[in-house]
Amino acid sequence: MRHRKESSRLGRSSAHRKALMASLVCNLIVQKRITTTLTKARLACRLAEKMVTVGKKATLAARRQAVAELRRKDVVAKLFDEIVPQCQNRAGGYTRVLKLGKRGSDSSEMALLEWVDVLPVDKTVTKTDDTAS
Amino acid sequence: MAVPKRKVSKRRVRIRRAAHRKPTPPVGTCPECGADSQPHRVCPSCGHYKGRQVLTVDAD
Repeated sequence: MRHRKESSRLGRSSAHRKALMASLVCNLIVQKRITTTLTKARLACRLAEKMVTVGKKATLAARRQAVAELRRKDVVAKLFDEIVPQCQNRAGGYTRVLKLGKRGSDSSEMALLEWVDVLPVDKTVTKTDDTAS
Repeated sequence: MAVPKRKVSKRRVRIRRAAHRKPTPPVGTCPECGADSQPHRVCPSCGHYKGRQVLTVDAD
């Protein structure tokens, strides 16, 4: 029974949903921050955090576990070499979801999903930017 | 079988449906640029959230 299971299934089959989550997390690893709907962002952050936890083990088995989930070896390499080392000082809560407001087409709440410790690729945005605009 | 005795007037219908209105979304003010923005959301006009520049906005 699915009583009180609150997580959204996004109108997709299990395989479709897993593929979508893998895709979102891969993009988060490559792009460092992604814009998506709030529901997708919240679901993707779960997998992203789990992948960092797997990455912290830094063993071959862990690497294969991550590849099984994310389905892309090059991205897993990026995760292990770039993302995980920067998350070492944190015991969870590696990602952040910021609400962006509703998009025009279907009024879905949009969100920004990013790493707490990893700076975005975009050079114009810095964590310590205090210039008023 | 019980049946309504009178047609429901437009007025009655509209009074009933007035209760079905969607509430207006909350509007706040961005502490950085002073423009209207929604609470708990990145300001759409300056891209600030909780005192830091989160994203760059085109017409800045």
